[in-house]
Amino acid sequence: MFKLVWRNLMARKVRLVMSGLAIVLGVAFLSGVLVFSNGLSSTFDSIIKGSTPDATVRAKGLDSFDSGNGGTATATITPKVVADLAALPQVADAHGTIDGAGMNLLDSHGDLVGGTGAPTLAFNHTGGLNMAGEPMTVLKTGTWPGPNEIVLDSGAAKRAGYHVGDTVSLLPPTSTDQLTMRLAGTAEFNGGSTAGSTLLIFDTATAQKIFLGGRDVFTSASLTAADGVSQTALAAAAQKVLPADFEAVTGDKVVSQSKDAVGQFLDVISVFLLVFALIAVVVGAFIIVNTFTILVAQRTRELALLRALGATRRQVTRSVLAEALAMAIVASTIGIAIGWALARGLAAVFRAVGLDISSRVLVLDARSVAISYAVGIVVTMVAAYLPSRRAGRVAPVTAMRGDLARTAAPLRLRVLIGAVLFALGAGLVIAGFAGAPGSTAAWVGAAALIWVLTLASTSSVVGRPVLVLCRSLFARFFGTSGRLAGENALRDPRRTGATASALMIGLALVSTIGVLASSMNRTIDDIVDEQFTSDFLVQSSTFMPFSTAIGDEIASVPGVATVSRQQMVSGTLQGTGDTGSLMGIDDAFTSIFTLPMTAGTDRISGNEAIINTDVAKQRHWHVGSTFTVTFPAGHALHLTVAGISDPVQVTGSISVPLDLLAKTGLERQDNQLNVMMQPGADSATVLSDLKKVTDRAKIVEVFDKASFADQIRGQVNQLLYMIYGLLALAIVIAIIGIVNTLGLSVIERTREIGLLRAIGMSRARLRRMITLESVAIAVLGAVMGMALGLVIGVLLRQALADQLTSLGLPIGQLVMFLVIAVVVGVLAALLPAIRAARLNVLAAITTE
Amino acid sequence: MTLDATIPAPADGTLDAAARAVDLRKSYGSGDSEVRALDGVTVDFERGAFTAIMGPSGSGKSTLMHMLAALDTPSSGRVVVDGTEVGTLNDKALTALRRERIGFVFQAFNLIPTLTAKENILLPLDLAGSKVDKEWFDTVIAAVGLADRLGHRPAQMSGGQQQRVACARALASRPAIVFADEPTGNLDSTSGAEVLSFLRRTVDDFGQTVVMVTHDAVAASYCDRVVFLADGRIVDELHQPTRETILEHMTALQDAALAKAATATAGQAD
Ligand SMILES: Nc1ncnc2c1ncn2[C@@H]1O[C@H](COP(=O)(O)OP(=O)(O)OP(=O)(O)O)[C@@H](O)[C@H]1O
Ligand SMILES: [Mg+2]
Repeated sequence: MFKLVWRNLMARKVRLVMSGLAIVLGVAFLSGVLVFSNGLSSTFDSIIKGSTPDATVRAKGLDSFDSGNGGTATATITPKVVADLAALPQVADAHGTIDGAGMNLLDSHGDLVGGTGAPTLAFNHTGGLNMAGEPMTVLKTGTWPGPNEIVLDSGAAKRAGYHVGDTVSLLPPTSTDQLTMRLAGTAEFNGGSTAGSTLLIFDTATAQKIFLGGRDVFTSASLTAADGVSQTALAAAAQKVLPADFEAVTGDKVVSQSKDAVGQFLDVISVFLLVFALIAVVVGAFIIVNTFTILVAQRTRELALLRALGATRRQVTRSVLAEALAMAIVASTIGIAIGWALARGLAAVFRAVGLDISSRVLVLDARSVAISYAVGIVVTMVAAYLPSRRAGRVAPVTAMRGDLARTAAPLRLRVLIGAVLFALGAGLVIAGFAGAPGSTAAWVGAAALIWVLTLASTSSVVGRPVLVLCRSLFARFFGTSGRLAGENALRDPRRTGATASALMIGLALVSTIGVLASSMNRTIDDIVDEQFTSDFLVQSSTFMPFSTAIGDEIASVPGVATVSRQQMVSGTLQGTGDTGSLMGIDDAFTSIFTLPMTAGTDRISGNEAIINTDVAKQRHWHVGSTFTVTFPAGHALHLTVAGISDPVQVTGSISVPLDLLAKTGLERQDNQLNVMMQPGADSATVLSDLKKVTDRAKIVEVFDKASFADQIRGQVNQLLYMIYGLLALAIVIAIIGIVNTLGLSVIERTREIGLLRAIGMSRARLRRMITLESVAIAVLGAVMGMALGLVIGVLLRQALADQLTSLGLPIGQLVMFLVIAVVVGVLAALLPAIRAARLNVLAAITTE
Repeated sequence: MTLDATIPAPADGTLDAAARAVDLRKSYGSGDSEVRALDGVTVDFERGAFTAIMGPSGSGKSTLMHMLAALDTPSSGRVVVDGTEVGTLNDKALTALRRERIGFVFQAFNLIPTLTAKENILLPLDLAGSKVDKEWFDTVIAAVGLADRLGHRPAQMSGGQQQRVACARALASRPAIVFADEPTGNLDSTSGAEVLSFLRRTVDDFGQTVVMVTHDAVAASYCDRVVFLADGRIVDELHQPTRETILEHMTALQDAALAKAATATAGQAD
């Protein structure tokens, strides 16, 4: 039997290569994503481990605090505390450290560096050691910084165009005046990479001057244990000499906390990419099913002969499965190799947007390889199972019969099962909307999955009208060759349907996403229209907080009547431990915006807060409820609900008076400014004056209504195109499926093609005939996919009606997809058509 | 055009032959394994005549027919079809030649399974983009006796009916010459007789030129002339044959072949 399997593989090399390609691509994507995610997390792991000391002293509550967007903690310890720590017998070495936030690097042209990517980390150089007893940062060139000097990481220095000795410009967090410092050298984290973040390293006094107003204090301290002292013993001993609002934390704990925090972000990236890899694999599976089905059908006579010669059903089934296994192993191996290259490609893409991952960590680890093989082999075997069963069922007598008319398929049963499944999906949707437990979107999602699979398996019936329409259109516009193409597409509806289904899946996803994105854009327009009642908005593009000095400058621009400031801070809701954010709003806020209140007042002062109805519902709060929010280093706000409003975009879910934020112990900064003009002022002039301010400040931008909507839409579209890009692979695999089916059909119809040529069909017409058949398949897939995608998209939008308040239909895009489908059809037909046209007429007619 | 089938070809043979081969040679392979499928065949096929090509298996009948029908290119020699020198044509012109001036009937797989009988018959005309001559179509359909089957697909017809549809298709474009390679090879004697008498009628009634390869003396007896091939050469010819005369000639050829084989073996034994 083995010899037979081998012979069969060799005899059908081209066909197997084509269907193998589907698996190769799917597995390549999968293993690429796995290797890449792996590399990503080991990059972060090595940075985290390399930059964590035996123990860290920090303000209490800092671990659950979302620094950066949520504000900057200002608690400090004195040099005396550091000296006390150093004096402990358990401590070998103690260093006071300063972690500065909000500092931005400007490049040699004065533009912001790494504005949107990874964070900028500013700290003082102490020479402290990490858990492994190595320096946390390693100097690459130059020297460590002295007074008024800076050391950058090598990547940032290169990106910004600075060399040792140059004057570096910086934008401090609390002022709009640039700082300049001499570049003393370049350094890196002990792990090698910086994962794209920008490092700004100062000497201690300079850091204190910049971040702490020149006070001789520290925000934290790093400790190295004396010989034989455990991390736990070290932390416990240190705790005794610390002020009440500070804590000593073991290195291991810091590492695991950092890993958790980074892990969440990395998981999002990996899962996002893995979803698309799996889609590609599933589409590949469709192609395997189809290819093997066709191969088995074409070999019916040969299989029957085997059976007649005494092979058992199982032997026949197994021989087909063995072929599939051989193909799966080869394809997966190639796929894994390509995936490794793909991971490097992905890393290059991420490097381009600022997240640099050294290619040293992009290795084929055992886990990624094992998963890739498992998925590739299991999917192929599952896909080949049905065709192999069919092969086993070939009756020996078929060998004697001349005709190989395929057994009339029990299509009616299929339709019946299909109808039941469609109804089941509809039932799920209805249940979801009727208030079944769980999110409505999840019910719609489950229905969508059922529908996609049902449509894929009933495509031979459901798709018929589309094919019939294609046939008559082709016949009208292309005459006989068009008619023949239409007939060929209809000839084996299962084959056409299965081939089209692979494309259908991709297009269903694309259309669903298209509907959601277009609804999102509509909703954005609505919200901006309704809620953007100020004349201008000033914000950083990453929603990072910025210096209050910018607001001061804005207020002094001629023509500006009012500037309303907002700061967002994050804190911990006492009692629940949840992290929540508070939006500080000033008095001017209520003069610009009218909150849709459902209870209480929108004028707040003192310890009063406005919450939105979502929070009220979730926490069971009402006007008069009290709650406490805690901040690092023991600061807390005790708040009373004074008003409840419907959710709005112009403020957060909990709003408090802006001046109350002084009690949080966080740096006072602004997150956004709403600007109103004086009546009669010329908006173009005011806007251009505001632009001058924001251009100088670099980290913020000014928006009017239109540009604000544009900016958000731009972000939505960016995500949309990224998703389209990732789905493109599924479409490419579907194209391979079409190529494969057509190729096999051409082989199967060699004789017929020879006959057509003999009685006078020109090569050009023959090519056109095959191209049109391909177009019919592609259009079928596109139409089914778009129809289903529209339905799913509309239902999902309805399920998410709270967030997506308006429905948008991407009609233009859908038309474009249809055009793309036609192009796809034409491209897929290229090879099979050329092959068919090249057939020697005589050889084709006389072929067996 | 009506031609009297009994008019003999002019001595120089150029003008009135529907197809002719001049010193046609075709070999496959090279060196020791060279097979000379055709070894210098010169033959004319008169207009309005029904000619059979006979000969033992492997004698080159199909090969000759493929050359004449512009389906294959000879190693050397010339083929002229309806006054056109085939050797000078490119693929496009060959396609047009086959479509417009040559009709084909193969032993099997003659029809496109997705098309109805009528569509199959009209296919060459459709491909040429030429108008259907309704009168001629009706005449052919009536002659072939398939008026009630026109809407059927090949799978719904018997082998004999399929072959008759194929014949009708070969005639639809009023080609200068129809080639049939064992058209009755897959049929029982009754169905075969239907097809053969139909071909005979097209020659008699419409002045069609038909060339047919066959192994069957009965089939050949429908013809005006039989050409015998052996080892890639024309070895014999018979006019107005009957079943008996054909069988006589075949036996004679077989005896000659056996005798030759015997001398060859004897020679080797020496
Ligand atoms: N493509 C080819 N390659 C090599 N040899 C060939 C090829 N086609 C035909 N031949 C050889 O040429 C010779 C003539 O073949 P041809 O098919 O013309 O015979 P035939 O008279 O039609 O035989 P039959 O009655 O069996 O159909 C044979 O010896 C055959 O083996
Ligand atoms: Mg032959």
